[in-house]
Amino acid sequence: MLKTYTNPEYAYVPSADQGAPATVHHPVIIIGAGPCGLAAALDLATQGVRSVVLDDNNTVSVGSRAICFSKRTLEILDRYGCAAPMNEKGITWKKGKVFFRNKQIYDFDLLAEEGHKLPAFINLQQYYFEEYMIDRALEFAEIDLRWKSRVSKVEDHTDKTTLTVETPDGSYDLSCDYLLVADGANSGIRDMLGLESKGQEFHDRFLIADVVMKAEFPTERWFWFDPPFHPNQSVLLHKQADNVWRIDFQLGWDADPEEEKKEENIRPRIQQMLGKDVEFELEWASVYTFKCRRMDNFIKNRVVFMGDAAHQVSPFGARGANGGIQAVENLAWKLARVLQGYAPHSLLETYNQERIHGAAENILNSTRATDFITPKNEISRIFRDETLRLAEKFPFARSLVNSGRLSTPCDYASSDLITKTNGSGIQPGFVAKDAPIEMNGEKGWLMDQLGSRFVALINSDGVSADDISALSKISDDLDVLEVSAHKQGPNILDDCDGLIAERYALSAGVVYLIRPDQYVAARFEGPAAADVNAALDKSLGR
Amino acid sequence: MSNVKLITDPNFDDADAFYAALTDAHRNLTPRDSERVNARLVLLLANHIGDQKILMSALEAATDLEDENS
Ligand SMILES: Cc1cc2nc3c(=O)[nH]c(=O)nc-3n(C[C@H](O)[C@H](O)[C@H](O)COP(=O)(O)OP(=O)(O)OC[C@H]3O[C@@H](n4cnc5c(N)ncnc54)[C@H](O)[C@@H]3O)c2cc1C
Repeated sequence: MLKTYTNPEYAYVPSADQGAPATVHHPVIIIGAGPCGLAAALDLATQGVRSVVLDDNNTVSVGSRAICFSKRTLEILDRYGCAAPMNEKGITWKKGKVFFRNKQIYDFDLLAEEGHKLPAFINLQQYYFEEYMIDRALEFAEIDLRWKSRVSKVEDHTDKTTLTVETPDGSYDLSCDYLLVADGANSGIRDMLGLESKGQEFHDRFLIADVVMKAEFPTERWFWFDPPFHPNQSVLLHKQADNVWRIDFQLGWDADPEEEKKEENIRPRIQQMLGKDVEFELEWASVYTFKCRRMDNFIKNRVVFMGDAAHQVSPFGARGANGGIQAVENLAWKLARVLQGYAPHSLLETYNQERIHGAAENILNSTRATDFITPKNEISRIFRDETLRLAEKFPFARSLVNSGRLSTPCDYASSDLITKTNGSGIQPGFVAKDAPIEMNGEKGWLMDQLGSRFVALINSDGVSADDISALSKISDDLDVLEVSAHKQGPNILDDCDGLIAERYALSAGVVYLIRPDQYVAARFEGPAAADVNAALDKSLGR
Repeated sequence: MSNVKLITDPNFDDADAFYAALTDAHRNLTPRDSERVNARLVLLLANHIGDQKILMSALEAATDLEDENS
């Protein structure tokens, strides 16, 4: 059905491992080349770690699934070097409308904060998102992508993992120090290891239809509660790249997925919704049920679960791929440092700690949105409907209307790796904020200077050269980045718009320790190298 | 976050007048519309209070239901 997009086919290339006399061993093997498996390979590669990626298919997501990617995700992908094409192809919208029954109850305009390189979010079909990640992955010598390679058997041991791979040329065995599993929501590998993902299934079905509009249609997000063209249910319309529009129809639990998917049943409904004169073509339709669930523990021996395999959410609030990629980034820098000998193996346990917290937050948000959209009982429906009616008259009620909250990164403030201090600016455990900078006479962005290694970000005005030198000697995994309007040099940047000073409360002598995942690990009011060193040790679980 | 607590001592300007207005508002309503009015009232007042701690204390006090027959 897809007319605007043709799935690329990546060539299956037989691996030299297959004919090897003995089982070949790799430091890291990743199962699944979806958004999360690819992110893991890219993140490790940017930190110099090799990996083998095995995927049972040889293309990107068939049909569209995820469409909304948040700023934090784009920042991560920018660090990998593939956000630019996404940003270019993706759509940003600012205006939205909310309808209840037969009328519009309010509209809104999302005002983006100035002074950030990347937008609050983009809408982009998942297949493009994956394609651009693969384009980038193919540029890294560190990434060995193997298509049509299905993992059929996994055996975990305390110090390594062995697996069997099925290819068009038969099967072969591999072993690895760390196996990263991103084989999707219905993870077969999870089952193989006797593990479970537990939670809630929503007794509801949703029809996801992508349509191409023939004529201009406003770039806005429209959400209907209980519309006349689809009574008692909700409907969402928003735009993606290529003039493709995503429509989500809530169907109810009793709907027959096969019937609902038929074009002759979809068409009249969409026609009623868009108006009888709007011409469109149906690109793709599929029926889903949604679950919110996660594993109790993402790690078993040296097998680490990521993405939908580890934690799954309903799509309201777009947290599946977004939350998944944020979790991958949390794991990747830790694994890289364990493999490179900077950190003990036990650091990986903090992936569990920090990301179970993240998954719980994502599940909570998605569940709340789902419960608002689909009230669980009569009194919930009364509250929901009256909230919507009040929202037409009173702005306060609009804050309760929940058709999905935009994914924002969770904080790790209570993590064991964070050095807690009571200061102003960005609190330890929160993600760093972007700001425009000038460096060596050129305009740029602060976020581009952070990540992939530790950074000590310091306002070096009035700080002695000895203090700077003491900071720079802490570790070869730490770079000192000076903010100064007076000095010039390779690691010195100018806070040209004053937004670093504002967002970080970066007065003279203040120093931030920023992790490879761009999270603030510590903030000190003076450039004491001993404090920064202790905070670095803490961040690495040493 | 504030340290203000849910007020459980009398705080009305005019308790009798409020009570009368509340019951008057419901007098001619069907049970369904009464439920709707109550829902709206809760939402309006909750927003006015805003403070999550106070709202939680109020919810707790309200849901601590005694046995109606005792
Ligand atoms: C309708 C819908 C809308 C959504 N909207 C959003 C959204 O707007 N924003 C958002 O962030 N998320 C959204 N999501 C969620 C998002 O699609 C998922 O969270 C995301 O795809 C998960 O990525 P993943 O890499 O964990 O798994 P997947 O994308 O499922 O990838 C798993 C990969 O593993 C491969 N594989 C499986 N088994 C094996 C095996 N044994 N051996 C080798 N390879 C194997 C598969 O072929 C596949 O390529 C939506 C989902 C749906 C269904």
